[in-house]
Amino acid sequence: MEIVVAIGIGVLATTGVYLILRPRTFQVIIGLSLLTYAVNLFILAMGRLVVDGAPLLTEGADPSTFADPVPQSLVLTSIVISFSMTALFLVVLLAARGITGTDHVDGDGMSA
Amino acid sequence: MTIAATYLPVLALLPFVVGMVVAFLPRHARNAAAALAGATALAGLLITVLSYGGVTEGAVLRQTWSWLPDLGLELTWRLDGLSWLFALLVTGIGALVVLYARYYMAAEDPVPRFFSYLLSFMGSMLGLVLSGNLIQLLFFWELTSLLSFLLIGYWHHNENARDGARMALTVTGFGGFLLLVGVLIVGHVVGSFDIDAVIAGRDALMASPLVTPAILCLLAGAFAKSAQFPLHFWLPHAMAAPTPVSAYLHSATMVKAGIYLMMRLWPVMAGNDTWYYVVSLAGLVTFLLGGIAATFQYDLKGILAYSTISHLGLITLLLGLSTPAAAVAAIFHTLNHATFKASLFMAAGVIDHETGTRDIRRLSGLLRHMPYTGTLAIVAAGAMGGVPLLNGFISKEMFLTETLAFHTGSLLDRLLPLIATVGSAFSVLYSVRFIHQVFFGPEATDLPRKPHEPVSWMRLPIELLVLICLVVGIIPNLSVGPLLRSAVVAVLGTEAPRFHLELWHGFTPAFMLSLVAMALGAGLYFALYRRLANRETRDRPWAGRVRARRIFDGAMTGLFAGAGFITRLAGTVRLQPQLFLIVLAAVVAGAAPFAYHAVTQAGAGLTLGTRPLTPVSLPFIVVWAFGIASAAGAAILAKFHRLAALILTGGAGLAVCLTFVWLSAPDLAVTQLLVEIVTTVLLLLGLRWLPARVATKEDLERSRAVVVARRGRDLVLALIAGGGMATLALAAMTRPRVGGIAEFFTANALEGGGGRNVVNVILVDFRGFDTMGEITVLAIVALTVFALLRRFRPAREVVGSTRQQRRQDAYDEARSDREVGDTARDYLFVPRIVMHLLFPVITLFAIHLFLRGHNAPGGGFAAGVAMATAFIIQYMARGTRWVEERLRVLPLIWIGTGLLVAAFTGIGAWFFGRPFLTSAHDHLHVPLIGEVSLASASLFDLGVFALVIGATVLMLIALAHQTIRSARTGPSAQDLEGATSAPSPAAAEPAVKLGEAGGD
Repeated sequence: MEIVVAIGIGVLATTGVYLILRPRTFQVIIGLSLLTYAVNLFILAMGRLVVDGAPLLTEGADPSTFADPVPQSLVLTSIVISFSMTALFLVVLLAARGITGTDHVDGDGMSA
Repeated sequence: MTIAATYLPVLALLPFVVGMVVAFLPRHARNAAAALAGATALAGLLITVLSYGGVTEGAVLRQTWSWLPDLGLELTWRLDGLSWLFALLVTGIGALVVLYARYYMAAEDPVPRFFSYLLSFMGSMLGLVLSGNLIQLLFFWELTSLLSFLLIGYWHHNENARDGARMALTVTGFGGFLLLVGVLIVGHVVGSFDIDAVIAGRDALMASPLVTPAILCLLAGAFAKSAQFPLHFWLPHAMAAPTPVSAYLHSATMVKAGIYLMMRLWPVMAGNDTWYYVVSLAGLVTFLLGGIAATFQYDLKGILAYSTISHLGLITLLLGLSTPAAAVAAIFHTLNHATFKASLFMAAGVIDHETGTRDIRRLSGLLRHMPYTGTLAIVAAGAMGGVPLLNGFISKEMFLTETLAFHTGSLLDRLLPLIATVGSAFSVLYSVRFIHQVFFGPEATDLPRKPHEPVSWMRLPIELLVLICLVVGIIPNLSVGPLLRSAVVAVLGTEAPRFHLELWHGFTPAFMLSLVAMALGAGLYFALYRRLANRETRDRPWAGRVRARRIFDGAMTGLFAGAGFITRLAGTVRLQPQLFLIVLAAVVAGAAPFAYHAVTQAGAGLTLGTRPLTPVSLPFIVVWAFGIASAAGAAILAKFHRLAALILTGGAGLAVCLTFVWLSAPDLAVTQLLVEIVTTVLLLLGLRWLPARVATKEDLERSRAVVVARRGRDLVLALIAGGGMATLALAAMTRPRVGGIAEFFTANALEGGGGRNVVNVILVDFRGFDTMGEITVLAIVALTVFALLRRFRPAREVVGSTRQQRRQDAYDEARSDREVGDTARDYLFVPRIVMHLLFPVITLFAIHLFLRGHNAPGGGFAAGVAMATAFIIQYMARGTRWVEERLRVLPLIWIGTGLLVAAFTGIGAWFFGRPFLTSAHDHLHVPLIGEVSLASASLFDLGVFALVIGATVLMLIALAHQTIRSARTGPSAQDLEGATSAPSPAAAEPAVKLGEAGGD
């Protein structure tokens, strides 16, 4: 399980980083999304992987088997913030396309 | 009668409060503004006068408010004899200046703004002198700089005013920064910022090696504020301020703040060699140069400004001499200077007001036209020159006596009487010149206005101040003796020298020097008369002013150029290199500790731990195979196949979502899934406005090798970053978890937070403040998105109908039995009905998510996003117009309400004496429903819920609305041509004013 998650994090981070370094705005926005997934998983992984241990204090639940709730709340915050960032970036992207006439991140058609 | 110390904060804070009120008065309400300001100043004066009983003979009034107890910082309001004297000046002269300004300011000036600034300044100055600790003092110190900036630049249409204001702020702000450094050093050495503690810690401070830097930094602050050489040059430029400001800030009060600080620290610093030499020399040079420069000014206010610099130099010099008697003289002269200089500035303002000029060469024989004001000004100028029977004479005598006394026997000490006499001679010279050239001589012929006496209310402040000059000059001991005694004891302690202020000391050496100075000054005036009265003279024999200004301008230009150079050298506005460097820095920072460890402890770098792995299941592998393929696909397709890339990203997101479910994070899974939906919809809406990207000729022509090299480089970095993260994650996951705060949260969620869902309790209760910030961010982003889209101009290629719409319309047109738009209307008919009917279902689901949030996966955020989805689905199913004819969504109201509910829930805790956002909860037994748990955190969550609905809907609708807008602006070819150069008025108008909707 740990290995699969680690590979998942690695692939998401690699594709994300590669895309945010690309010159087209849409590539960057997709890259940010992928990178966010990687980072969120990474944060969750810092609480170790726990199966069947949702931190819900139901009757008879044993708190010692719980997954760490702290990384979870951090990730929840992260999801919200990255949603805001995506929305803002999208609008900036559209406005920039309208003003500069190109979808290059630096407003020109140069470089790969 | 003594007013208790409780009134001290009122004294300092009342002007701010009234200043705020005055700021909102209508522009022409100058009587109301002046009346409020005057009443405030008089109230302050009353409090000051009534509190006198508490500050005599070294007594101190104190009032402490707890501020940052953990840092040992408290808001201390402290009034002793010295600060009392300054408070008296600030409130007393403040009241007079308010009265004067009422008649000085023109009807067309926005007077409420002026009085608002003036009152705030008064408050800052009172706060400064009432501060019981240095940090608090510094705070008010900076406030006085800021308000001085605003007041100098009050006539901001005038370039001189703007320049003068900026220069004053730059110089005093620079000084303020050094002062901060000095205060921090002193606080570090003494261990406290409290003024009494600092005074008590004199020995520790003097023994410390840091004493010299501390003194130099503190002095730089004081010199910048009190216009001491070489930081004096801003003051003459500050004369661009309205004259009441010059009278108040730049002669009587603010420039005395530096003097006040030096007096305050005198018991600590006096006697130190650095202090002695730096303060005495700076004072001496300022005294002399100010006097000489004042002589050659042509502008009345310029003369007074340099004279102020010179007199401040005199006071500084006295403080530098470090003897108790000199300190007494310094305090006394501060008081005297404030009275005669304020009245002189007011008189200069009257002259300017009534004649239309301040050029001393054009003015002449004014005594005939304004005998009354003229007499007052002559008396005040006499005080400035040190004529007997006036207050300036007595303190000048004390000064000369001090210069004659033996201090250290240094060369400076021996030359002092000589230099002091020469300096005094110049002060006589410019006073004589002021009197003679303005009021005597032949009648002026070419004045812009026919001079006459001002209204008597405008003269009253001058009369009162001149009266004080006379009273203090004739019966000093009876009038100010006791007040001065209180101030002196506050500085020097109870061993302060017994002094007796007297008009006549006999033919002492000091009196002789005084006579010499007067004779020399008068003689010099007649020697220089031709030159000074000549209108044609353009050159200034003393170029000090010009040079200082040039150096300042040069320094500013150099700073900007240097900053620009470094920015160009080390920075870039291009995103790609920036992101590359950020990722590279992150990789290096992440790898560095392991590399370091590997080198120092041979081989013990990044290794895997021994924690047994969780058994893996096949479905999980399948999910991730799918997720990895999606991510890779998205990366490849993002350039030319955006829709596919978007869908594949969603696939990767789904894998993450399922992983959350698997790994016991149901809250994350729910939220992730919902956010995923909204993000996808948002990006789809955005894609409509992003023209398809096709490989252009330029793309093909570009050097293949460069492109491949760049991509290769980025891929290598991406692989290192991704590989590093994976390895790091694996290394962490294979080690046992170290206990942290999680155990506390789990143990206290039910007892302390009243919820069973630990994650939700953390968000809305334990870490509620974070969530508060987070939803604020969301609200700001939504508003920004809305604002950006209001003036949005889409790329010209996408304006008008899409290909699909055109094809549908063409189909309708080709058929006689169909009308244009029929196909679009019928498009996806059945799914649309289903989507339409989903509204109540999703609403119910959202409410369900919200209600269970505290005890089971869900919560305000997930519920809010779900609810927003319900809205957007309606938009998708029936179109924007149809929805808005039937449903009024007021996203701004939702956002505002949400934020307020969350904030007020937090504030509610204050009413129970608890910190912000402390939660309370209880379990109620409701018939039929059973046990219901009520927590204030749920109310907070309700705020989150409302805000998230509003913010998400606002963003989605703002984007969705672009379609209507685009349709309305019309897709015709001419419009398209025009749209690229200048937007048509209609395009600039938002089609649907969401802002107005929010106002209902």
